[in-house]
Formats: sequence, structure tokens, C-alpha cells
Amino acid sequence: MNPIISVNNLHKAYKQVKAVNGVSFEIPKGICFGLLGPNGAGKTTTVEMLEGIIDPTSGDIRYLGKPIDQQFRNAAGIMFQNTALQDYITVREALTLFANFYPQTRPLDELIEQCALGEFLDRDNRHLSGGQKQRLLLAIALINDPDIIFLDEPTTGLDPQSRRNFWELLRKIKAEDKTLLLTTHYMEEAHELCDEIAIMDNGRIIARGTPKELLRKHFQNTVITLPKSNLNSNQVALEQLQAKSVEGHFEILSDNVEATINILMEQQVPLTHLQIREPTLEDLFLELTGHDLRP
Amino acid sequence: MMFQRFLAVLKARNMEFMRDKSALSWNLIFPILVVMGFAFAFNTDNGDLFKVAIKADGDIPAAIQPFTDLKHIEFVNIDDIAAGIKKVERHQFDMLIEASSQQYWINEASSKGYMLERLISSHAANLNKQMVSGEAIRYVDWLIPGILGMNVMFSALFGIGYVIVRYRKNGVLKRLKATPLSAFEFLSAQVLSRLWLILLFTAMVYIGTDIFVDFRMLGSYFTLLLILILGTLSLISLSLIVAARLSSEETANGLLNLLSWPMMLLSGVWFSLEGSHPLIQHLASLLPLTHLIDAARAVMIDGAQLADIGMNLIVMVIMTIVFMAIGVYNFRWE
Repeated sequence: MNPIISVNNLHKAYKQVKAVNGVSFEIPKGICFGLLGPNGAGKTTTVEMLEGIIDPTSGDIRYLGKPIDQQFRNAAGIMFQNTALQDYITVREALTLFANFYPQTRPLDELIEQCALGEFLDRDNRHLSGGQKQRLLLAIALINDPDIIFLDEPTTGLDPQSRRNFWELLRKIKAEDKTLLLTTHYMEEAHELCDEIAIMDNGRIIARGTPKELLRKHFQNTVITLPKSNLNSNQVALEQLQAKSVEGHFEILSDNVEATINILMEQQVPLTHLQIREPTLEDLFLELTGHDLRP
Repeated sequence: MMFQRFLAVLKARNMEFMRDKSALSWNLIFPILVVMGFAFAFNTDNGDLFKVAIKADGDIPAAIQPFTDLKHIEFVNIDDIAAGIKKVERHQFDMLIEASSQQYWINEASSKGYMLERLISSHAANLNKQMVSGEAIRYVDWLIPGILGMNVMFSALFGIGYVIVRYRKNGVLKRLKATPLSAFEFLSAQVLSRLWLILLFTAMVYIGTDIFVDFRMLGSYFTLLLILILGTLSLISLSLIVAARLSSEETANGLLNLLSWPMMLLSGVWFSLEGSHPLIQHLASLLPLTHLIDAARAVMIDGAQLADIGMNLIVMVIMTIVFMAIGVYNFRWE
């Protein structure tokens, strides 16, 4: 099947900085595609070139095989990372305003219900909570019943409950056979929502595939974590097990959990608070780049 | 579809303005208060300086010299004798002297004219007296077109320039760029929204101040409306240049002040530039507000017809076209 979006060798250079440095990928129709990476990796620049908001220095972007044109504008829904709406405009008025920009729109009542805007329809958009505002901006992105929806870090700054509610909303939208392009630096979010991901660092894509494929490809191991205090004084165990220091604890990648635990016990390392878990995308990022995902 | 998008932005901008209570009161109450303040302050005719216009075409003849040497009289050189006589009729000049014909004009109803006549009979007795009559123009009558023009200028410059820069800074423009809305649709909605609001508010200020000070309006309301529309459009277009690319409100504020202050001082809002250095007068003629105020003043005070102020109208049309072309051409959403 033809991809809905295809990107070929995309570059964006500012005076001193190469923000995006030769990015290529394709997004099949109907999936949630995640662009992952830390702040400053080039995710937003990439997605804004795809949206037609900024011009690439070089490279090719195609929507349904054609360069971006007015048809794309009418078929794309966009939710930016930071957006303000006109002052003094209520939620209902903002929806009506944006509905007037498009030749075809979804019924507003349906959107209001889907994005749960009913309780604050007549409130000034500046007086909404973080979660309410993101739901309004999502509703605006959906107003033209788009085929593809760009979501640039949509849950940044939301509390855990609002974030989970927002994920639920995105799952329902995906179920309507829409294509989503999501950027995020929350690996959990990508894990929950994305069918395919591309991991970006320093303006390049460093890995691509489904989350499962990527984890399988890079890890045959299980992750064992121990508090730092348990292992600190035991150099033999640290070296033998190649333990890595990560955010206040040590992580050991093990392809044989029993053997690893035996070594720890032989070295008389306390096993209090020991945890065993499967690798996550966060581990993958660390493995690929050698640095932590969070800035 | 294009008209629908334009109307949607126009409506949103109108709502935004009408709900901003501080901007509303600034646009409405401030000019009325200024006019009332000046009407009160200049109610008593306590000036001790005489203003005498002279048409000399060269050196002052010796016969008049003793009179022109007198202190505490402001002498203004003029070229147009008919315009000078009109100003004597309106008490804007206390006396007019034409050196070549050895004549002087005073207003029979002017106390200052009477005093000057006593002075002239003792210092330049050979001049022939000509009497004119006419009601005095109060300073407030002269000031009203200036205040209305100033209000239009601030509302046009800051209401367009500052607002678009703020939209750009906080991401409103970026969000709109991501829709099928074109820059032309967006900008024309901003211009028309501001034009209509300025017309509405100027009419309200006009009526409000007229109730309090009952000022002079001799010309046609249609002509005045035409001047107001063209003046507003030329000022809005000027602010589009400022708003074309800036994304810093501080810089925009500085630039808008840089444009508005010279107009406040040189466009004849508060005082006439008559008799000032020709360079200043040339500079003033480059400012759109000068043409708005000059034309409005001519219509309101002198009852000027459309043809009399044709040049002002033409200049404002040219300024509108040039400024708008530069502003629209340079406009960037981000």
C-alpha cells in the first residue's frame, strides 16, 4: 500500500545548527507513527516541515505521492506543541472559527462529545486547565475530519491522569482509521500508542521499526536493577556483571537471570529491592545513544 | 469559501476587541476626557500675546517698522491674503497687514483687534483700516479634529501593529497558517475589523464631545466620513509595515511610538505649524495624520468642500496603497 506520507533525505539548517540532518521515512496509512527523542533532537523541526509550516533546506516531502498543496491543508489536522488562540474567545467560538476555515467539517456536537468539551463550552479559552486546553486543541485539529493528524508532544505538562485520558482519546481516533504522527519524549506514551517508531537524536534517525521489533533486535536480555548502596563497594561484581549506573541505581543486562543472581549471591551482594523487568524503549535509547533520554 | 474565512476572522477579531474592557474604555473615554479638559482649561481668553499676520513680499516697509518693532506681539508671515482675512474673521489672527497696499484688517468683534488698532494708530498711522466680522473660533473647536485624528492614529497603529505582533509571538499566527486561511484573508479581516471599530468609536467620541462642548461643524458629514475612512486606512497600512515580521512586542512598541510621537507633535493635533520652519512643514506633510487632520479641520471649521481637500485625499490614497503593498508583501506568519 502506498504510504500516506513519505519523506526523503530531509535537511533543515539554521545559521550555526543542523537541526535536521538527512531524515527519511514513510508512514503507512492508518497507523500511529511515533517520532521519539530528547528535547532538541529535531522532532519538532521535522514535523513542522511535514506540516508545511517551515520550509526544508533540502529534501522531499510527499503526501499521497504528491508534493504538499492545498489538498494537504484540507486533509491534515495539526496540534502544535505551543499554541495560543485569540484572546476572549470561548471554546465554542474557537471551534466555530476554525470550522469556517474548511470546506468540509465534522459536526461540532460530535467533536464536543468526543473530546469532552461540553462542561466548559462557554468558557474563555485562556481560563482552561492544561488537559482541557489540549482537548480543545485536539478538537480543532480534528475539525476538518483529517486523514492525517500531527500531534507534537501533546501530553507534555499534563498530570498522569490527564495524560492517560488523552491517550484513551487518541486510541479512539486511531480506531477511526486515521493516521497519527506523534512526537514525544515519553517512551511510555510511544509504547502505549505507536505502531511504528523512529528514534531521533542530533537531527538524525538512529533506529526505526515497531517497538517490539526494535526491542527484540537490540535486547535479548532482561534488565535487573539494584539500589546503588547494594553494589557500591563490590568492584568484582560491578565489573563481572558490567553494571551501568542509571538514575540512582545500577542496571545489569542479563541473558541468564539465574546465573546473574548466583553471581550476586556469591559476591554477597544484598538482594533487597532487586527488580527484574523487560527492557523498555527508554533502555533502547540509552543503548543506542549512550545518553539518557531526559534532558 | 474565501469570504466565509474572511468573515470568521473578522468576527473573532471584533469579539476580541469588544470584550477587552480596558481597550474599550481607552478608545472611548480618553479622548472625551482630553477634549473636556481642554475645553475647561481654555475657556477663559487670558492670552496676553497678540498675533498679527503680515504679507510683506520682501522687507517690511519703513512706515510699518515702528509697529513691527513692538514687543509682545507675535508676527506671522503669510502669502495668501484671502486665507489671512478668513483667519481674522475667526479671530485666529488678531490683525492682518498687507504691506504693498498699506492696508490692515481687524475683526470688529475682537477686543484684541481693538487694542491693536490703538497701537497701529500711534506707530503706523498711514495704514488704511478694513473691517471684517465673524465669530471667534474657540481653541476647542480647532482642537476637536486633532483629538479625533490622534485617537484614530493610536487605535490604528497599536490596534493592528501590536495585535499582529502579539499573535505572532504567542503562536496564534502559526496555528492559523496551518489552516487553509490565506495571508490576504487574514490581513484584510484585520484591516476591515479595525476600520469599522475606528469609525464606530470615532462617531461615539464625536457625539460624546459634541454634547459637552457643542463644537463647530460647517461642512458635510459625508466628506468628513470619507476623510476619516482614508485617514484610518493610511494609518492602518502604515502599521502593517511594522507588523509584517516582528515577533517582539517590545520592539513593536518602540517602533509604533517612534511613528506616533512625531505625528502627535508635527501633524497639528495640539497646535498649528503655521509659521514654523519650512523643513518641519515638509516633514509634517509626509505623515498621514497631517492630511487627515488638515482635511477634517478644513471641513469642520471652514466648511470646505470635497474639491478643497482633494489633495489631502489623494495623498492619503497613495499612502494607503504604498504602505499596504509594502506591509502585505513583507508579511510572514512566523
